Formats: sequence, structure tokens, C-alpha cells
Amino acid sequence: MPDVRLVNVTKRFGKIVAVDNVNLHIHDVEYFSLLGPSGCGKTTLLRLIAGLIQPDKGEIHIGDKLVNDVPPEDRDIGFVFQTFALFPHMNAWDNVTYGPRVKGFNTEKASTIGHEVLEMVRLHERLDAFPSELSGGMMQRIAVARALAAGAKLLLLDEPLGQLDAKVRNELRYEIKRMVRDLGLTAIHVTHDQSEAMAISDRIAVMKKGKVLQVGTPQELYMNPQSIFVAHFIGESNFLEGYVSNMSVKEALVELRGGIQVQVVCKGVERGERVVLALRPEAFVVEKKIRRGKNSVLGTIERITFEGTNVRYEIRLENQDLVVIVKPSIIEEWVNVGEKVTISFPSEKAHVFAYPEAGLREEMAVE
Amino acid sequence: MSKPKITETLDRLSSKKSVKYGVYLTAVIIFLALILLPPILGIIIKWNAIQEILDRPELIARALNAIENSFAVALLVSTIDVVAGIPMAWLITRGKSKWLNVLDTFSDIPFIVPTAALGYSLLLFWSRSEGISSLFGNPLVSPGWLLVILLHFTFSYPVVVRVVVGALLDYKMEYEQASRTLGASPFTASRTVTLSILKPSLIAAFILAFSRSISETGATMMVAEAFENGPVFIQKMKDDFLAGKVSQTTYEGSIVFASFILIAISCTIFAIILILGPRLKLPTKKIWPTFERKLSYSTAAFSRNSITLLIFFTVVLIPSLFVALPAFEAVFTQTLPNALSGLGVWGEYWQSLILSYLLGAVVTVLNVIIGLPIAIIVARKKFGTLPSTILDLLVNIPLIVPSIALGVSLAIFWKENFTFIPETWLLIFAHLAITYPYFVRSMSAAVERISLDLEEASRTLGAKPLGVFRTIILPLTKYSIFSGAIMVFTRSVSETGATLAVVTTLRTAPVVIVDWVKPKVPVPPATPLEIGLGCGFLIFFSFIILLALRLIVRGKGRY
Repeated sequence: MPDVRLVNVTKRFGKIVAVDNVNLHIHDVEYFSLLGPSGCGKTTLLRLIAGLIQPDKGEIHIGDKLVNDVPPEDRDIGFVFQTFALFPHMNAWDNVTYGPRVKGFNTEKASTIGHEVLEMVRLHERLDAFPSELSGGMMQRIAVARALAAGAKLLLLDEPLGQLDAKVRNELRYEIKRMVRDLGLTAIHVTHDQSEAMAISDRIAVMKKGKVLQVGTPQELYMNPQSIFVAHFIGESNFLEGYVSNMSVKEALVELRGGIQVQVVCKGVERGERVVLALRPEAFVVEKKIRRGKNSVLGTIERITFEGTNVRYEIRLENQDLVVIVKPSIIEEWVNVGEKVTISFPSEKAHVFAYPEAGLREEMAVE
Repeated sequence: MSKPKITETLDRLSSKKSVKYGVYLTAVIIFLALILLPPILGIIIKWNAIQEILDRPELIARALNAIENSFAVALLVSTIDVVAGIPMAWLITRGKSKWLNVLDTFSDIPFIVPTAALGYSLLLFWSRSEGISSLFGNPLVSPGWLLVILLHFTFSYPVVVRVVVGALLDYKMEYEQASRTLGASPFTASRTVTLSILKPSLIAAFILAFSRSISETGATMMVAEAFENGPVFIQKMKDDFLAGKVSQTTYEGSIVFASFILIAISCTIFAIILILGPRLKLPTKKIWPTFERKLSYSTAAFSRNSITLLIFFTVVLIPSLFVALPAFEAVFTQTLPNALSGLGVWGEYWQSLILSYLLGAVVTVLNVIIGLPIAIIVARKKFGTLPSTILDLLVNIPLIVPSIALGVSLAIFWKENFTFIPETWLLIFAHLAITYPYFVRSMSAAVERISLDLEEASRTLGAKPLGVFRTIILPLTKYSIFSGAIMVFTRSVSETGATLAVVTTLRTAPVVIVDWVKPKVPVPPATPLEIGLGCGFLIFFSFIILLALRLIVRGKGRY
């Protein structure tokens, strides 16, 4: 049964370090996503696992086998390419049965497998069609069927939904997830779309500049981001700058810009240290009345966006920082632009990070 | 900053339909009047002379036999070319060694050796006591059909390698990678996926090699001896006529007969390839996993690469350059000072060299001017799909006409109808006709690669048609224009067959070398050392010019 272990894996392209000393363990029958902005090395990592490129350093294990020197055809994987890479000179049927045929299965067995996988992706009626005659969604399903037909237990997907329309994309992501679960496969899925990763993954590795920043379940990453980047990239966060003015055992008093004092739960910071607070848009309470209390700040509604399920407020705080707050649209008492409000948050809802050396903007940059 | 007034006026003019189509039409007319029709009309004028030869079965049998040889050699050689060229192109594009860049440059060398010198070089290498035969005591390969095949392989192999390298560089690796992840070994993946997708380029390479082999004259003459193919037959008839052995009508009749049949069969073969090519399926269904796996890994790959390199060096590179060896020897004798001071045969040599390079330059510039509009018409289907496709086919015709036949019929056409035309112009016309397809082909391919979106974007931003050409097409195809120009220039400098046919007084460098190597007078005008040095100079200067052009182009125009 295939689990995948990466030990100190590094890959350079000239001067660029595409994958920088990565350690990961992807468990058997897990749906695992590699998530990050473009150029973070996630596709390179996937290609390393597939054997399409070789690491400069480190070990790659599939199952209990060290596969560094094993060519891709012997790694027993299925790979779905972003551009699908369906062979243009073969029709859907020949594409799908290509794997069984090159593996030397007899015609009968190859055709049984072909029918099975086409059944699975529900594209039986189009087996004579050439790739150029198929829609994006169909090509994608043929690509998945082709990868499955090779009989591998490890499915590698490189932005498999990146080229599709939004609606088709949402349908297909669950379809792929269902097939992977039904067949008992291990899947590694590369994407830059955090909502896609959150929706389908058992666990996610967030990558930036060749490094894995954090690995966890979608909930862990959302509730407990361990870096400014993860807090920014997964979901949405407000970032407030300040410094630690006082410490107690569990809590710190942070002075924001304009001398506003707030209390947050945190460990491992020192008095006088410059910090950044990350707060989710839904962590705030908004009140129409003006009041001073623990962790409450005055502000003015600058813009309101109705998003259907939610209402989104942009609020200019008295220290001129801007925060975004999201509230369910049906339960809230509506507030109007220009109104003065008090916002507050529970001290345990703020994530506290040391102020990054390169600056906040650079730390959050996704390009 | 204001644009120069003249550009602005021209830009504005270019948006007028009448002006735009006027330019395209002029280009088409020039193409028809200067390049396509004269050789064809030359044959038609002398059509009646065929009668003369029809009464002489022995001559007809000889001509048909020669033509048969032409096609047999061309088919055999182009097939071997493609089979042997693929591993070489593979090695150049997929290998990891830094030496492959050098190898890539080396593979162009047979291009720059003038065909006459190339033929002589192979003759020395394979047959004469100076060459490889010295190891065996007697000639390893005597002049004749085998040497002709070796020769044709030598000059057409680089063409095939160049085309396949280009195709492999453009190829999307993902298809092959997909095949590998599905369980195919490298050999299976290349065979069932890569080569199938590259099929159009392989066919194009085959056609180029084939037409080059059919039309080559200058070098083949050198090594053919008693073996006759079409071009050699025509050349021999011409020699016999000049020597007074056959009458003018017999000579003209046999030339018209041979040229006509060569052209007709070539056209038929190309039509068949064009029609059947897209339907031809490479066998991808059957797969032998275990056997093909064995062919994929280290030992097999190593032996494949070794054999490829061995063939390249022993059959292509060293024989091509062998003629220059005496040049090194000559450097240390009186020959070099004599040559440099223009004594004896050298005065004429230097004149011919200057003429060759000037001619090459003029032909190159003319090609760019009259070829570009045609390339755009063909690439962008400016006159609708069908006329543009027909034009595309017509442009290729001079490729398949034997260069000597082209020269002879051009000479007939111009000299008999337009006696006032000086021989210099005739020479330019002949070289123009021969090089034109090379330039138009490479340019139209380059223009086709530019997305129409870019042109449209430029138009929506306010550019006039000429402005689009100046600011989008030209900068993006600069590299292709240069490489097309390089091809035209080398082809012109090395051209022998047609030149021999059209000129009587003017002598280009290849003509002089042919004279030295195959003297018409009993006492050879030049010693072997001088011949070596003469060829050496020609190769050396051509190489320097090419190198200079490459350095100018390097790194530019690749987007």
C-alpha cells in the first residue's frame, strides 16, 4: 500500500531552489494537497514524486521502496497533467487503454479495464472521439480515466481542474474525490486554489518559495495558522501591527498603532517585541453603540458589500488601520456607511506572530 | 517624438486595400515571372526537340535508366536519412552533455561546403590513395553508385537533423511524460507518442532530403563516374554537345525529356506524400514491453548514441572536410604565398570567390524583398485558403527540379527570348529560383507560429497593416529571417549545377573548382595541393561569414 515519504528533498534549477529541503509523509489512502502560490515549488515536488525529474538531494520513498533511481514507468503511479496531455493522435479509447497496453496486458484484459474506467467517469458514449473533439470537462475525465486505467494505487494530480470553468470545476473536484475514496487510492493533488484544497483534502501542505510552511487538516490550518503567510493564504485575515507592552503568564498586552491596547492569548513573545496580530473577519463583534471595554476599538464603516450569504464591512479604525469584518447577512442588524461602531474580539481569537524581518507586505506576497 | 514622415505616409497607405493587395499581387507576379515560369517555359519552348530523341530508343532507355537511378537513390537515401537522423536529433536535443552544442554546430558543416568541393572531398576520402583507402591498399569505395549514395547521405543528413531538431525543440514534453507515467519505457514512449506526433515534421524532413537528392548535380558529377542519374545524364549530354559529339537538337531533346520526366514523377510523388501523409499511421497499437524496455536503458542507449556519433563522424563530417586537409599541408609550401599573391591559377580563383560571395549577398537581399510578401500570403492565407495553398505548392517546385535542368531551361528561356539580358542577371535569376523556396518556407513557418491574436491586438491599438508588420511580425521573426538568409546565402555560394548551365564567361568559385578537379584540358590547371587550398579557403571564408552571422543573431529574436 503506497504511502509517500520525502526526506530532505531538494531540487535546484540553475540558481533557483525550486524545492528546498522538504520533509513530508503522505499516508496510505489519504487525499493530500500541495497548496501554494504559483512558483512555490508544488508542481516540481509532484514531478519529483512521479520521477519526471530527479532530486539533487534527499530521498523519495513510495511504499517501502526508495525510488530515487526508479524511472517513472516503474513507480506505479497515475499522473493527471494540468493540460491533460491526452495523446492527440489517439482517440479516447486508445488513450484510456494505453496504460494497460504498454504494460503488456492482453487485449481482453486491457479492454475490460478500459470499460471499467470509462464507466467510472461516465464517458462511455464518446470512446471514438479524438481529444480535439472533446470539451474541457470531458478531456479532464478522460485524463483521470487514463491515469486510473494504469492500475496504480498512487494518483498524482497537477492542477487537474485549473483549465476548467468554475461550475465544472466544482462538480469535478467532488467526483475525483469520490473515485479516489471508492478505489482506495492515495492521492496527491497540486493546486493554488485554497478553497479547492480545503474542500477535498484530508490534509494539506502549504508551500512557499520551495519550503513546506505547515502541514495539517483544513481545520487545523484555518484555526491555527503557524505563520503570517498561512493565515493570509488560507481564508482571509486582518493583520494589525503593534508591540508587546506587557506580559503575563498566558496573555500579552499589545499596543497597536495610535496607542490602542488589546489583550491577546499568546506564548513565546517578549516585552518590547514587535508583533503582528492576525484576526479572521468573522472573529469580531460589531456594535452600534460606542463603548470602551476590553479589546474594543472604535471605527467608522467605510464600505459595505452584500455578498449574498454574508455582508462584508470595511471599517476604518480610529488609528486609521482598516479591518474587514464578515457577518451572516440574515441575522445581523444592518449598519450603514459612515456610522460609528465599536468592534471587539475575544483575546483567544487573535493569532500573534513576530513581525517578519522582510516586512509584512513581503511576507504575505503570493507572487 | 514624431515618427519619420515617410513611415507615417507608408503606414497610412498600407491600410488602403488597393495598396495592400497591390503589394501582394506584385510579389506574386514577380514570383511567377522570375522564378516559376521561366524554367517551365524554357522546357516548353524546346518541346519539339523531344521528337528528336523519341526516334532514338537507345537514348530514351539511357535517360529512363538514369531517372530510375535518381529516384532509387533519393528514396533510399532519404529513408536512411530519417532513420539515422532521428537518433542524432534526439541526442542533440535530449542529451545532457555540454559538448552537444558543439555537435549541433558541427552538424551544419556539410551545409557550408560547396557541393562541388563536397563531391571532390568524398572522392578523395573514399576512393583515392590519400583517404581512408590508404589503410586498405586499394580504393575502399570506387566512384559509382555506392559513392553517390554516400555523397547524397552526407549532404542531406544535416537537413534532416536540422528539421527534426527544430521539431523536437517545439515538442511539448508532457505527452512523452504522460506516456512514461502510464508505464511506457522511454523507447515505447518515443515510438508510440513522440514520433507519431512529430510525423508531419518527419515527412517534411523526408521531402527536403528527397528533393535535395533528386536535384543535386555539382557534387554527384564528381563521384558518379560511369553511374548515371538524371542530373548526371543531363550534364553528360551537355558536355557531349559542347565537345561536338551530339547535335544541338539531340542535346536539347534529351534535356527536355529528362527534365520533364523528373519533374513529372517528382510532382506525382510529392502529391502522393501530401495526400497520404496525413493518413499514414505509424504503428502504435502493437507494443512489446519487455523488448522495448531492453532498448531503453543504459547499454542500448549508449550503443545507439555511439553508433550515431560514429556514423556522423565517419560518413558525414570527416569526409566533408577531408578536402581541406591538403590545405594544411599547402600552408607550409610555396602554394600559400603563390595563392595569396594571386599567381598562376589563383588570380582567377580570387575573382571567382569575390563573385560568389557578392552573388550570394545580392541573392539573399533580393530573396528577403520578394520572398517576405509571399511568405505572409502563404502563412496568413491572404488570398483565401485554396489559392494560398496552391501558391504554397508552387513555391516548392524549384526544390525538386534538378539544378542543372533548371539552369539549362532558364538559359534557353532568357537567352533565346531576351538576348539583351546580361549574363550577370541570368546568374542572379538562376540562384534566385533555386534559393527562393528555402527562404519562403522558413519564413512562412515562422509567420505561422505568431499568434493571430498579437496582430489583432496591434490593430485594435491603432496600428496600420504596415505598422503591424514593422512592429510585430518583423521583430518576432527576425531570427527566422536571419536563419532563412543564412540558408539562402550558403545554398547560393555552394550552388554548382545550375551555375554551370547558365554561364559561359562568368565563373563562380564552385565552377572554378569543378574545372580544377575535372579539367577539360589534358593538363590539369591545378595541383592537388592547390585544389585542397582552394576548397579550404572557400570552406574557411564561408564558415567565418556564417559564424559572424550567427554571432549577430545569437540570443536575438527568441521569444
